[in-house]
Amino acid sequence: MKGERIRKVLATHGRLPVAADGLPDDANLYSAGMTSHASVNVMLALEEEFDVEFPDEMLTRSAFESINSISGALATLGVE
Amino acid sequence: MVQTVISRLRRSCAVGVGIDVVEVADVSAALASPRADRYLEMVYSEAERRDCATQDGGVDAGRLAARFAAKEAAWKALGDAAMQLDWRSVEVVRGRHGQPSLRLNAPAARIAQSLGVRRLAVSLTHEPTYAAAVVVATR
Repeated sequence: MKGERIRKVLATHGRLPVAADGLPDDANLYSAGMTSHASVNVMLALEEEFDVEFPDEMLTRSAFESINSISGALATLGVE
Repeated sequence: MVQTVISRLRRSCAVGVGIDVVEVADVSAALASPRADRYLEMVYSEAERRDCATQDGGVDAGRLAARFAAKEAAWKALGDAAMQLDWRSVEVVRGRHGQPSLRLNAPAARIAQSLGVRRLAVSLTHEPTYAAAVVVATR
């Protein structure tokens, strides 16, 4: 369920040239075509979707480089 | 004499270079979104926001886009370790005559130091559609 919600955010805000539905959980989103600025839009949309606020130290490229890493970042904020 | 020149060149050689381009429309869209305040807080320092303020109380999207590109270009110049840095780790500051330079927070400065980088030179540009930045890291 969390993965589906992350994919939905990526599909809407990630500006990916490929369908978010077809991306493996460990696929590198930047290699898949997500720009850095789109990654910020994804961060903002994830905060909205999951009603959380990422602390500064989590606002890194590496934290948002894959669905797995996003899921892990959310888990540290208590989103399971 | 020659040895001294060679020694200086070796000491000041570029150890990394980064470039990035940003669509100004992407920044404009973020500024027009309901989460514009969070976007500004998440990515830009207070000084950067102040430097990009317009006379009518708004924020210049092109200048912000150039700063966004500078952060990304600096990360590229610093290599893989910079993947762990947050957006405000690199800040564009203006000198007395308006020339831009980069200020690093403590984690970014540690990475630069570990690479032997003593200076990050930055050049910014923006026009209505795109903004871009180049950063050269030297010893």
